[in-house]
Amino acid sequence: MHEATIAQSVLEAISAEAKKQKARPIAAKISYGVFNAINTETLKFAFEAISKDTVCENLKLNIEQKPIKAKCKKCRATFEFDLHESKCPKCRHDDFELLPDAPLLLEEITFEDK
Amino acid sequence: MRKVKVRKKILIANEEYAAKNRAFLKERKIPCLNVISSPGSGKTTLLAKTIETLRGKLSIGVIEGDIQTDIDAQRIRKAGAPAHQINTDGACHLSAAQISDAFHKLPIDRLDLLFVENVGNLVCPSTFDLGETDKIAVLSVPEGDDKPAKYPMIFARAAAVLINKIDILAATDFNIKKVKADISKLNKNTKIFLVSAKTGEGMKQWCDWLENMADSKRKKALKKTRPRQ
Ligand SMILES: Nc1nc2c(ncn2[C@@H]2O[C@H](COP(=O)(O)OP(=O)(O)O)[C@@H](O)[C@H]2O)c(=O)[nH]1
Ligand SMILES: [Mg+2]
Ligand SMILES: [Zn+2]
Repeated sequence: MHEATIAQSVLEAISAEAKKQKARPIAAKISYGVFNAINTETLKFAFEAISKDTVCENLKLNIEQKPIKAKCKKCRATFEFDLHESKCPKCRHDDFELLPDAPLLLEEITFEDK
Repeated sequence: MRKVKVRKKILIANEEYAAKNRAFLKERKIPCLNVISSPGSGKTTLLAKTIETLRGKLSIGVIEGDIQTDIDAQRIRKAGAPAHQINTDGACHLSAAQISDAFHKLPIDRLDLLFVENVGNLVCPSTFDLGETDKIAVLSVPEGDDKPAKYPMIFARAAAVLINKIDILAATDFNIKKVKADISKLNKNTKIFLVSAKTGEGMKQWCDWLENMADSKRKKALKKTRPRQ
């Protein structure tokens, strides 16, 4: 439900970089953890709407969702947390610590050749 | 075409405010609990009952978050605790910056425990760090026992889950055993309390837990600085 706010922050970050590079961005990749509660389609739609008449108009936004990781309290192994199989894949122990979700990250931007 | 690696964090502002809030609370040794649930699960009723139960034992303050109105802050004041209302004007969650402002609208240095009642929503508030000590989830019986499985993010991160409205259990097919198992699967260390804010059932266990937590954080420090009233 807060995708509009996020789209605005993404637009600002890409525009700032475009200004630095003095080039037009044509694609960008962002990533975030699956627990971030961001709907990918809604975010793309919001971005498209607010980027009209800006340097980011028609930019292709690629989104990567990163799995959440957990750390086993017994064998200390780090593994990808699976909601349906919430046990350590190594030792089958069920006491683990969920690690922080991957933050919202602007990974890379593709610019048009000058 | 030219690719440029950026690897820049977005929404950094919220994280910065959250870190500031955490430091502010830590310095004053005030535990802060961010209460998250769907609308109508009974957060405000629970907080009012908690305040009444702990009267004379813990000095509690509440930051209320709602899209509109200050009805909930009024309910808290009526129960006998200072409250500050934030209206998010459409936003689906509280942000850390709003909490930084709200600290100073409460007699913060007199508090043993601070609650934040987040905007009613099981999804978004769980991802916005406010700088709280812990998150508390509330799930009420009429919402159904499938919610931990459907909305895992809040239940996985909560230090405690309150299952509220157990007074109406008999009228539903809510399966407590299943809910407990689903929550433990996400987080084995979550404390689960079965309560009714209406009848007061289970409130003692929950309030004891709160007192213990506040004790370890705050009371020792308080004794050194001022006598308790
Ligand atoms: N039967 C029953 N009703 C409750 C209980 N706790 C709250 N309610 C009712 O649930 C409704 C919503 O409560 P409220 O505290 O405003 O929920 P909030 O939106 O989560 O703050 C109100 O009508 C309350 O009286 C309870 O333990 N049992
Ligand atoms: Mg309320
Ligand atoms: Zn293990």
